[in-house]
Amino acid sequence: MVEALLFFAPASLIIIGALIVIFARNPVHNAMGLVMTLVSLAIIYITLNATFVAMVQMLVYAGAVMTLFLFVIMMIGVDKKEQSTDSIKGQTYLVSGVFLILISLLAYVAVSSDFKWDLWFAPTENNIEGTPQLIAGFLFTEWIFPFEIISILLIVATAAAIALAYDIKKRNSNA
Amino acid sequence: MLEVTTDWYLTLAAMLFAIGFMGMMIRKNALIMFMCIELMLNAVNLTFIAASKHFGQIDGQVFVFFVLVVAAAEVVVGLAIIVSIFKKQSSASVDVLNVSRG
Repeated sequence: MVEALLFFAPASLIIIGALIVIFARNPVHNAMGLVMTLVSLAIIYITLNATFVAMVQMLVYAGAVMTLFLFVIMMIGVDKKEQSTDSIKGQTYLVSGVFLILISLLAYVAVSSDFKWDLWFAPTENNIEGTPQLIAGFLFTEWIFPFEIISILLIVATAAAIALAYDIKKRNSNA
Repeated sequence: MLEVTTDWYLTLAAMLFAIGFMGMMIRKNALIMFMCIELMLNAVNLTFIAASKHFGQIDGQVFVFFVLVVAAAEVVVGLAIIVSIFKKQSSASVDVLNVSRG
């Protein structure tokens, strides 16, 4: 009972938040919908025994990434009217149709199998808890090479962001 | 009372991905499109975590960590591009962007 509640309450919040993200007209509301989705996902991660990932989700996504988004929204301005004409004719209706087909396919599979999908592998009895210690043990042994590569990726991303934002003409005219 | 199995998590992830995809297609504001990409990335993360629990192996959670880092890097570069486009065209609509030279 509690387990089901701990799934369905965050799950409905995730879907509502996602719908706010795509349908709200004010960019700040979109960002808040995204925060709602991300925080509810963190709750779901905790119920799935992934405590470290839940913490990182809160810090990195709900904290850093959302701050960045809000910062850019404030910089660009929230009152810019979005143009509503489709550049591809009937694009909105086409995509809505594809979306409905996808969702109804999902619903059909769920209902026809009586909500018990026959997954290829049975769930394991081995219950693991994704603590920082356990994750770090894997990260610094088995996954050490990808870990080193993403450090390069982060440096490159930082350099790229600075290079893109740096206005070299303005700098030269000031000097 | 019904039991919450891995299927439910996978269904939720699929719905979240579908919503993100739809938003990506119907919105014109580049910023909102970025948020939809975040939605899709999070749907994939949820799949990884559910599979990690299902199989009792930690590797899925380690991989989510990598996805988070790549997503953060992508957001940083993407938002820098949006800001520099906005400086030039004073609009964040993707329909205005029809040239690829600087």
